[in-house]
Amino acid sequence: MSNETGMDLLRFATAGSVDDGKSTLIGRLLMDSKSIFEDQMESVQKTSQDKGYDYTDLALLTDGLRSEREQGITIDVAYRYFATPNRKFIIADTPGHVQYTRNMVTGASTADLGLVLVDARNGLTEQSHRHAVILSLLRVPHLVLAVNKMDLVDYSEDVYNEIHQQFTQFATKLNIPDLTVIPISALQGDNVVDRSENMDWYSGPTLLHHLEHVHVASDRDLIDARLPVQYVVRPKSDEHHDYRGYAGQIAGGVMKPGDEVIVLPSGMTSKIQAIDLFDKEIDEAFPPMSVTVRLEDDVDVSRGDMIARVNNAPEPSQDIDAMVCWMAPGKLQPRQKLAIKHTTRTGRALVKDIQYKMDINTLHRDQDADELALNEIGRIKLRTTVPLLCDPYSRNRDTGSFILIDEATGVTVAAGMIND
Amino acid sequence: MTKTHSDYRLSQLDQLEAESIHIFREVAAEFEKPVLMFSGGKDSIVMMRLAEKAFYPARIPFPVLQVDTGYDFPEVLATRDNWVDRLGVRLIVASVEQAIKDGIVVDDGKTPRNRLQIGTLLHVLEEEGFTAAFGGGRRDEEKARAKERVFSHRDEFGQWDPKNQRPELWNLYNGRLHEGEHMRIFPISNWTELDIWDYIGREGIEIPSIYYSHQRRVFERDGMLLSESEYNPCREGETVQERTVRFRTVGDLTLTGCVESEADTIDKIVEEVAASRITERGATRGDDRFSEAAMEDRKKEGYF
Repeated sequence: MSNETGMDLLRFATAGSVDDGKSTLIGRLLMDSKSIFEDQMESVQKTSQDKGYDYTDLALLTDGLRSEREQGITIDVAYRYFATPNRKFIIADTPGHVQYTRNMVTGASTADLGLVLVDARNGLTEQSHRHAVILSLLRVPHLVLAVNKMDLVDYSEDVYNEIHQQFTQFATKLNIPDLTVIPISALQGDNVVDRSENMDWYSGPTLLHHLEHVHVASDRDLIDARLPVQYVVRPKSDEHHDYRGYAGQIAGGVMKPGDEVIVLPSGMTSKIQAIDLFDKEIDEAFPPMSVTVRLEDDVDVSRGDMIARVNNAPEPSQDIDAMVCWMAPGKLQPRQKLAIKHTTRTGRALVKDIQYKMDINTLHRDQDADELALNEIGRIKLRTTVPLLCDPYSRNRDTGSFILIDEATGVTVAAGMIND
Repeated sequence: MTKTHSDYRLSQLDQLEAESIHIFREVAAEFEKPVLMFSGGKDSIVMMRLAEKAFYPARIPFPVLQVDTGYDFPEVLATRDNWVDRLGVRLIVASVEQAIKDGIVVDDGKTPRNRLQIGTLLHVLEEEGFTAAFGGGRRDEEKARAKERVFSHRDEFGQWDPKNQRPELWNLYNGRLHEGEHMRIFPISNWTELDIWDYIGREGIEIPSIYYSHQRRVFERDGMLLSESEYNPCREGETVQERTVRFRTVGDLTLTGCVESEADTIDKIVEEVAASRITERGATRGDDRFSEAAMEDRKKEGYF
C-alpha cells in the first residue's frame, strides 16, 4: 500500500495577508510536494494572463470563491492538503487582518502547529504579534516563525537575529512550549523545501523538514481518561439483544478493559467490560480514537455523560470561568442567555460577568469593558443550566473548549476556553 | 513493557476514520431525520463503510438516497444494490426522469442531467422531511469546496451561502436548524483522493467494476474519452474505438469521461493516482468545465 503504515497527520494553521507572501509559501509547499496538478496550474496561468498580470499569481490557487477572486482577498478559512512520504498535512489557511480574528481562532482550534509569517524587511508587526497571541491562546503546541523574503534583505544574518530576538522576547509573555524560527524566501525557495545556499550561517532545519519531523504524538493528554458519550448503541436485533455500547471519541487518557470507571454526572461506578472498534475487541483506546465501550454493570448512561476513571474525574460545575472570542455582529453583554455546547453536552448559559477585554495586539486587559464586539476576546463568567464535565483548556483542548450558540438564529457566536 | 507516548499514535488513515465516525454519530444523535446520499461512487461507498462502523453491531439508523439521472452506469447500480442488501438499509431512489414528468424540474434538452439533479434532490429532501443529508464531498476536490464546512447549513431554498457560514471549532458541530432548513454533512471533508483509495484497499470493500481497467467502446469529445451508449450518440466526426480504460469518478455517463489505464488492482490504481498530474474532476468531469466558478454556482443552488 502507498502510505498506510507509519504515516501520520499534522494539522497546521497559517495566518497572514497576501503581502507577507503567505499564498506564495503555500503555493510553493504544494508545488514542491507535487500536490498541484497540471489542470489547476493551467487554470491559474490562464486566469493570470486574462487579468493582465505579469506573472502567474499563485494566490489564485488558494482563493476559492468568486467574490474573493474579484476582490483579491481571502475571506474565510480554507483547508488545503498535501503529503510527503512521511506525513500528510492539513493546512487551515486564514486571512490575517484584525476583522478576521474569528477565522484565525477557528483555524487554530484544531491545529498542532501554527505558522506565523513575517516580512524580513518590516520585522515584527502588530499582525505578527496578534497571530502569536491567538495561537498561544488556543494552546497550539508548536509555533514556527518564518522570516520570509530574506532575499530582499541580502540574506542578512543580522536582520534574522534581530527579528529572532525580538520575537523570543515577546514570546516570554505567552504560553509557547515549542518555538522554531526559520529564515526563508518563499519566492526563491530558500529553506522551504531545499536548504538555502545563500544562508550558510543558518544550521537549523528547512521549513518542510521541521513540519515533517515535529513530534506531535505526546501533545494530547494521555493521563486523564475521558470519554464523552456521544451515542448509545442498542441493536434492535435478536442476535445482539443485550448489547449496550457507549460510543464516543476518546478525549483523553488511555482506557483498557478492566478499568474501574465512573459515569458523570450521576457518579455511578462500574468496570470496562470491553472496548469495541467496529467488529473487534481491542486492548486499549486512546485519543482521538472513536470507539464503543461496554460496561460490566447495567448503569444508566446517555449522550452527554462522561466516562472517566474513579480517582481522576472532572468536577461537574455550573459556574464557568473562560476566555471567549466573540464571533457575531451583535454584542456579548452580561445577562445574555445563549445555548452552550461542551463535548457532547448541550445546555443553556447565562453571561454573569465580563471581567476584562483583552487587546490582542498588546495583551493589555481592559477591566472596564462591559461588552465584547465582533472579533474581540475577553474573559467572562457563565452560569449554566446543566453541570459541565470540564477540564481546564490548558490541560485538555477537547474537554476544555465549548461553543456558544444564539438561540434565535442558531448561529455559532463564540468560542470558549475554560480557565484553570 | 511500559509504553512511551510515541506508541499512542494513530496512522493518518485511522485518524481520518475516527474523525468521520465521530461526525456520523454526532448527526445520528442530534438530527431528527438524517439520510445518506449515495451515488454508488467510491466516495459514497467509503461513507457507507464508515456509517457501518459507526453504529456496529446495530444497523445504520437512517436510509440511503440515490438521485437517479437515468444515465447511471449499470455496474454502479449493481454495486449499490449489493451494499444496500448487505447492510439492510432502506433505499430511496429519486428519479430525475420522474421529476421531469412531474414538472418539478424542466428538461430543456440542453441542461445536463447532473444539473437537473439539484431540483430533484431538493424536492425529495423536502417531501421526506430530511433534516440532514450526508454527502461524500471532499475539500481537496475543487477550490470552492476548500471552504466548505463539515456541517453545511442550507436555507429553506436549499441554498449555500459561502459568506454566511457558521464557524466550526474543535470537533464541536452546531446542528441547529429552523423550520424548512436542512444541513448537508460532509464526514470525509479532510480525505484526499489517495486516502479514499488507500482505505478501499485496506478495508477490502466492493466498489463498481468500472473503476478498474477494462475494455470499453469509447469516443473522444472535448478532450475526454466518453462511453458509447444509447443516451450518448456519437456526433459527426466522432469515431468509436475499443480501448483499455478505467473511470476515476462515476456520474452521469453522458458527461463522465474515462482514462486509458492498465490498472486492474487497487494497488495499481493507487500507484497511478499518486503519480497522476491531473485532478480527478479536471480530467473527467464535463460538468465542472463550464466556468471558473461552475462548482461554486452549483453549490449555491443546492448541489451536493
